Amino acid sequence: MIESDVFVQSLQDMGVNFFTGVPDSILGGIIAELMNRRLYTPAVREDEAVGMAAGAYMAGRMPAVLMQNSGLGTSLNTVISLNMIYRQPCILIVSWRGQGGKDAPEHLVMGEVMPKFLDTMKIPHRTLTEKTAGEDFRWVAETYRKQQIPVALVITKGVVKGLHP
Amino acid sequence: MRPEEGTLISRSQAMAALLELLTDQPVIICNGFPSREAQKIADRSTHFYMIGSMGNAPAIALGVALAKPDKQVVTFDGDGNVLMGMGTLATVGALKPKNFIHVVFDNEVYGTTGNQPTISNVVPLEKVAKAAGYVNAVRVLDREDLVYEFKDMLKQEGPSMLLIKVNEFQEEAERVLLDPPDLTKRFMKAIEG
Repeated sequence: MIESDVFVQSLQDMGVNFFTGVPDSILGGIIAELMNRRLYTPAVREDEAVGMAAGAYMAGRMPAVLMQNSGLGTSLNTVISLNMIYRQPCILIVSWRGQGGKDAPEHLVMGEVMPKFLDTMKIPHRTLTEKTAGEDFRWVAETYRKQQIPVALVITKGVVKGLHP
Repeated sequence: MRPEEGTLISRSQAMAALLELLTDQPVIICNGFPSREAQKIADRSTHFYMIGSMGNAPAIALGVALAKPDKQVVTFDGDGNVLMGMGTLATVGALKPKNFIHVVFDNEVYGTTGNQPTISNVVPLEKVAKAAGYVNAVRVLDREDLVYEFKDMLKQEGPSMLLIKVNEFQEEAERVLLDPPDLTKRFMKAIEG
């Protein structure tokens, strides 16, 4: 299991210096660490978070947006009609609720289709594992720089230490 | 007579009066005719014209304002846009960026799609902003008041909202000319430093 402070430090080492988003339980430890470091600006909806990240990017920052995968639905129009067409990159840190069909009913549909959904929307994505973490972070940074569009780092349950064991 | 009796100014007239008072401030302009009209009145590299992502203009402006606390950041928005992204009034009100000015041209219709009514005739958006935590929030009906209030807001600490009641008149204005990636680059360069 990756410690939350190691996860946050890896993003900071990559140059990420603007963090916003909407919480999820899987992301609880990461958000707590970001708040400890006074780096987190909370948003009320994921499309707003993506919009703020776009503004921060244009003002010279490297932004990351944290969200549950349900937030991909909420933010989709902003991702495609702002970030993608204007070439405004951000790192989407997306928790994979409903993975493998084991979750509350509201998460099951998105949980099942998420990889296909990201492929269809042409959002480059990679799922973080403890073993490949270094390579995963490098891939995210490189894709962000090369493609200049949102890139998703998917976080499954138990990979990054949460608030509750 | 819609919207309010005694309202004579059009959005483009109001916008022209505001743009005369602005110099090098970043201005994020919402999608639809507001961006097209702004481009026609004064095309500045500090303008970011939106063509999609309706409702997100103040969110983008907020991102700029937080990343550039020493620059005054302005967003030109519409009533339909504010209603769509109303949660952002709360985010702005809670974070209280001092350098944030939110101008709302309120014509009570979705003008770009054919003047279907919004609900801003019964929902006073500047009062919503004030209740959400904006420091200043003012409604104006004519050119004289809007110039007076906007000058005042440029001197004050925000966040501020200037809601301007305008009529439904839409200026003949062509689509945003630059390609979106070029707009991003131009805007980034203009607000650097």
